[in-house]
Amino acid sequence: MNHTAPIAHDLFGISWLDVNLANLFMVAVSSAVVFILSVIASRKLQMRPTGLQNFMEWIVEFVKGIISDTMDWKTGKIFLPLGLTLITYILVSNLLGVATVGVIGHDLWWKSPTADATLTLTLSGMVILLTHFYGIKIQGMKHYLKGYVSPSPIMLPFKIIEEFTNTLTLGLRLFGNIYAGEVLLGLLVMLATANIPFGFIFAAVPMLAWQGFSVFIGGIQAFVFTMLTMVYLSHKVSSDH
Amino acid sequence: MYSYIDVLSVGASVGGLRVGDMLVQLFFFLLLLYLVKKFAWGPIINMMQKREEYVANEIDAAEKSRADAEKASQEAQERLKQMKQEAQKIVDDAKEAGQKQEQEIIRAAREEANRLKESAQADIQNEKEKALQALQDKVASLSVLIATKVIEKEIDEKDQEKLINEYIKEVGEEL
Repeated sequence: MNHTAPIAHDLFGISWLDVNLANLFMVAVSSAVVFILSVIASRKLQMRPTGLQNFMEWIVEFVKGIISDTMDWKTGKIFLPLGLTLITYILVSNLLGVATVGVIGHDLWWKSPTADATLTLTLSGMVILLTHFYGIKIQGMKHYLKGYVSPSPIMLPFKIIEEFTNTLTLGLRLFGNIYAGEVLLGLLVMLATANIPFGFIFAAVPMLAWQGFSVFIGGIQAFVFTMLTMVYLSHKVSSDH
Repeated sequence: MYSYIDVLSVGASVGGLRVGDMLVQLFFFLLLLYLVKKFAWGPIINMMQKREEYVANEIDAAEKSRADAEKASQEAQERLKQMKQEAQKIVDDAKEAGQKQEQEIIRAAREEANRLKESAQADIQNEKEKALQALQDKVASLSVLIATKVIEKEIDEKDQEKLINEYIKEVGEEL
């Protein structure tokens, strides 16, 4: 029973436009979950914070700390919403696949959106493009171009390669961690269902441990992705680089 | 039965970079970014900023009121000191005035006494002189009377002679 992806080929008759409907579905679900949770948590804001507002403010302070660690707060201030959205979206995406994996027919519908390399690379590519955009916007074109040849013109090829490797490592690190976690969870489910009395017993404890670890990994990877985003941004927008 | 290969196919979606997936991801992420910024993080960040400003304002106000209180207390102290000095001055003035008045009174009393004494002495002198005058007048008229009586009774040639001489001698002495 091979699990396949529900791919819609040649959407709207456009030959290159294939869409994995499961990805579409999961991205929409993750975004909706993040949006709903954020909005619920930020209702009834008060001067004297209580309950969920405290938690949300803690997240804000956390991301603020990440940004302040990597760059001057005055320039990094505008990246706060980006960092907040990244960390919450990736965290929720990571955790969706830890809770369960859903299969309808042969198609895998419910999983972490971040367990798909296409989606993580899209996110990382977007981040790298943003670093270039803000690098030019904040430092100016001249300073931006000078960054490629400093401290010496020999660095030019390496600097150009770095942009691509940054994109790849940023996206694939997230994908690899989450995908590996899901694969192992899938294996444990296999073991549990293959041999009902013994396999289930043998699989239950590792399953529990691995799910806990996956939650941990999910949090760490969300943090790492946000952190690296801010590091790459600071390379481009800080004047001391 | 499941097989190991089946399980690995959980990641069937790994292969291939589908443009549609990318567009979907990008669209949803940017939409999410916009929506949560507008409805969740924006208000929270605003609230945090507002609280920060509020706290800063409160601290400033507290600092200001503390400074005001200090200033007021200093002023009060100054005022108190001034008042004390003024009171001291008033007491001193009063003391001085009292002493002056005392001396004045004593001096006036002494003067009055002197004046009274002098006038009494003058009166006494006057009375004495008056009495002496009166006595002198009386003696003169008495002596004239006696003289007439004596003369009437037993003046003779010889006596007259002697009296005249005596008189002349007396006059001569007086001259």
